[in-house]
Amino acid sequence: MTAIAMDPAKGVRSKWNRRVRRLGKRTAVSLAVGIVCFIFILPLIYAISVAFTPSNTTSIVGAPPWPTAARQMDYTPAGQAPTTLYIYVVPDWDGLGQGHTKDLGLLTENFPPVASEFVDPANPSQIIKWGDKAGQNVYTLSHVWDIGITLDNFGSAWDKMGAAEGGFPLLFRNTLAIAILGTIGAVTSAVLVAYGFARFRIPGKNILFLILISTIMVPFQVTLIPTFLVFQAIGWTGTWLPLIVPHFFANAYNVFLLRQYFMGLPRELDEAAQMDGASPFRILVSVIIPQSWPAIMAVTLFHFFFAWNDFLNPLIYLAGSADLWPIAVGLNNFNTTFRNAGTPAVIQAGSLLAMLLPVVIFFFAQRVFMRGVVISGVEK
Amino acid sequence: MAIVQDTEVLTTSAPKRRLTMSSRETAWGLLFLSPWFIGLALFYAIPIIISFVMSFTDFNPVNAGAVKFVGLANYQWMFSESATVSSFFITLKLSVIGVPLGLFAALGLAIMLNQKLLAGKRVFRTLFFMPVQIPLVASTIIWLDFLNGSSGWLAYILNTFQDIFITLFGGLLHISSPYTPIAPSWFQDTSWAVPGLILMGLWGIGNAMLIFLAGLQTVPTELYEAARVDGAGAWQQFRSVTLPMISPVFFYNLLISVIGMAQYFTQPYVIGGSSGNPGGETLVFNINLYNEAWKYNFMGHGAALAWLMFVVVLGFSLVLFRTSARWVFYAGGER
Repeated sequence: MTAIAMDPAKGVRSKWNRRVRRLGKRTAVSLAVGIVCFIFILPLIYAISVAFTPSNTTSIVGAPPWPTAARQMDYTPAGQAPTTLYIYVVPDWDGLGQGHTKDLGLLTENFPPVASEFVDPANPSQIIKWGDKAGQNVYTLSHVWDIGITLDNFGSAWDKMGAAEGGFPLLFRNTLAIAILGTIGAVTSAVLVAYGFARFRIPGKNILFLILISTIMVPFQVTLIPTFLVFQAIGWTGTWLPLIVPHFFANAYNVFLLRQYFMGLPRELDEAAQMDGASPFRILVSVIIPQSWPAIMAVTLFHFFFAWNDFLNPLIYLAGSADLWPIAVGLNNFNTTFRNAGTPAVIQAGSLLAMLLPVVIFFFAQRVFMRGVVISGVEK
Repeated sequence: MAIVQDTEVLTTSAPKRRLTMSSRETAWGLLFLSPWFIGLALFYAIPIIISFVMSFTDFNPVNAGAVKFVGLANYQWMFSESATVSSFFITLKLSVIGVPLGLFAALGLAIMLNQKLLAGKRVFRTLFFMPVQIPLVASTIIWLDFLNGSSGWLAYILNTFQDIFITLFGGLLHISSPYTPIAPSWFQDTSWAVPGLILMGLWGIGNAMLIFLAGLQTVPTELYEAARVDGAGAWQQFRSVTLPMISPVFFYNLLISVIGMAQYFTQPYVIGGSSGNPGGETLVFNINLYNEAWKYNFMGHGAALAWLMFVVVLGFSLVLFRTSARWVFYAGGER
C-alpha cells in the first residue's frame, strides 16, 4: 500500500517522459525520411522549376537556379526604333568608389579597355560611359534578377513537339488511341486465360503455367527481329497494328496477377451458377468478373502505363510515320531538336506535358496500382 | 505455387459420365487458354526459332534473296568488333554495379518505410513509388538536365557545398581560388556517363521497394521478439530474421532486375542516341543490337546478339533457380 501511495507522481512523470521521448523519436525518424524523400524527388522539382522559367534565362551563365527573369528596360533612341536592354548592376558607376552601384541598361558592349555605353532607366536620355578604367569589365557585370514565372514554354512544347504538324495534341491523341486499344486486348485476353488457368481441370496445366511464367524470362530482342520482318511483310509497319494486336494474346504478368486473384475467390458462387445451368463463359462474365474489379483495374492500369511508356516498338514500327507517333517518340525527337537549340526550359515543359496524364491517373488510382505490384511480386 | 484442386464433380453416377464431364471441362479450359496458345506460337515459339536460324545467316532485308548460311561467323564477329565488345562491357558494368545497388537501395527504402515510428507512411510510399510512373523518356530528359554539369541543380548544390567548405577550411588546406568545381559533368563526360546511368536508375526502384515492403510486413513480429529475448542486436535481427524471411522476395526482385537490365534501351538511347554519346559510353548492348539490325540492316548480327542475350539470361535464371535452395528460405516449406 505504501509503495503505491509513494509512487504515483514518479510513475506519471516517467510515463510522460517516455511519451515525450517517443514523440521526439517519431519526429526525428519522420524528418529523416522526409529529407531522403525530398532528395529523391528533387529532379522532379527541378523539372517543374525549369519549365516555368523564361527560356532565355537558362542560357545566361550565372542565372539563379529558380524561376527568374533578367530585368530589362524599353529604350527608344532618338529617331530610331525602340529596343529592349538588359539591366546590369554597375559598380563604381560614377567614379566615386565600389560601393556606388546602380542598375543600368546596357546599350553598347565594348571590349574592356574601350568604354561601354549604359542608359539610366530613370533618365533614358543620358548616356553613361563605363568600362574604360582598370578593373572595370563589362563581361563580369551581373544581371538584375526578378522572380519570373512563365507559361510560354508549355506553349512552345504544345505546338512544336513531334515531327508532324499537330504538335502535342496529335501525339497525345495517338498515344491515347494506342493505349486504349491495346488495353482492351490485354485485359480481355488476360481475363480469359487466367480464368482458364484458375478454374478448369486441364491435363498438364502446371507445366503450361510454368511455360507461361517462363516467357517473362525471354528478352524481347530474341523475338523482335522475326516479328518485325513478319509485320513488314504483311504491310503493318507504318501503322499502329504492331503496337496493338500482339497484346490481344495474353501477357504472362497480367495472367499471373489475375489467376492469383481468381483462385482466391470462393467457388460456391460458381457452383451455384453452374447448377442453374450457366455456361462457363456466363459464369466468368456474371460471377467472376464482378468480384475481380480491383485486379482487373490493376491490369488495365499496368497495360495503359506500359503503352504510354513504350519507346522501342513505336521507334521501330513508326520510323517514317511522324503523324502516327506516340508521345514517347515525339518527346525524344523534341529533346534532340531543342537540345541543339540550347533551351532546357522548353524541353522540361515538354516532359511535364508527357507525364501529366500518367501521374494524375497514378495519384487517383495509387491503391489499386501498388496492390497489383505487390500481388505479382509476393504471393507466389 | 499449389494449384487448387477442382471440387468433386457434382454427380456421383457412373465413371463414364464423369469422364465426359471432365473432358468437357478440359475443352472449355483449353478454349479459354487458346488466346495464349496462339500468342505463344506466333510471338514466342516461332520468332525464337526463326531468330535462331537467322543468327547463322547473313540475312539483310535490303537484299533478302541473297541470304546464305555463314555458320558461326556472326558469333565470331561479335567478339572481334570493337563497338560490340565495348557494348558488352558497358552493359556488364551497369548490371554488376547497378543491379545490386538498386536492390539494396530498394531494400533500404522499404526498411525505412516500415519503421513503426514513421508518420505519414502512405504519403512517403506514394512519393517514392511515383517516379516509376513517369514515362521513361520524360524522366530521362529530366535527369539529363538535372545532372547537367553547368546548369543542373546537382552541380549547383555540389559546387555550393564546395564553396562553403573552402570558405571555412580553405585556409587550413591551402586551397586558394580559383579551384576546379567538384561537380562532374555526367553525360558530357565519358568517365561519368555510366555512373550517371546508374544514379538515374535509382529512380526506378519503386517496384522493388513495394515488393520488399510487402515482404517485410509478412515477417511475424514474434520472431523479432524471440530474437530480442536471445539478446540479438539490431544488425543480428536483420541478418538472422529479416534477411531469411524476405529471401523469396529478394530472389524475385533480383530476377526481375536482371531481366530488366537485359532489356535496357530507352534511357541510354534518349541520352546518347544511336551513337552512344558521350564517346560511345552509353552504347549499351541493346543500342548496339538496334544499330546492327535497323541502322545497318545486318539482321544476322542482330539475331546472333539477341540469342547471346537470351542464353545469358536463361543461364543466369537457371543458376539462380538451382542455387535458390541454398539461400532462399520459404517459411511455409512449400515449393
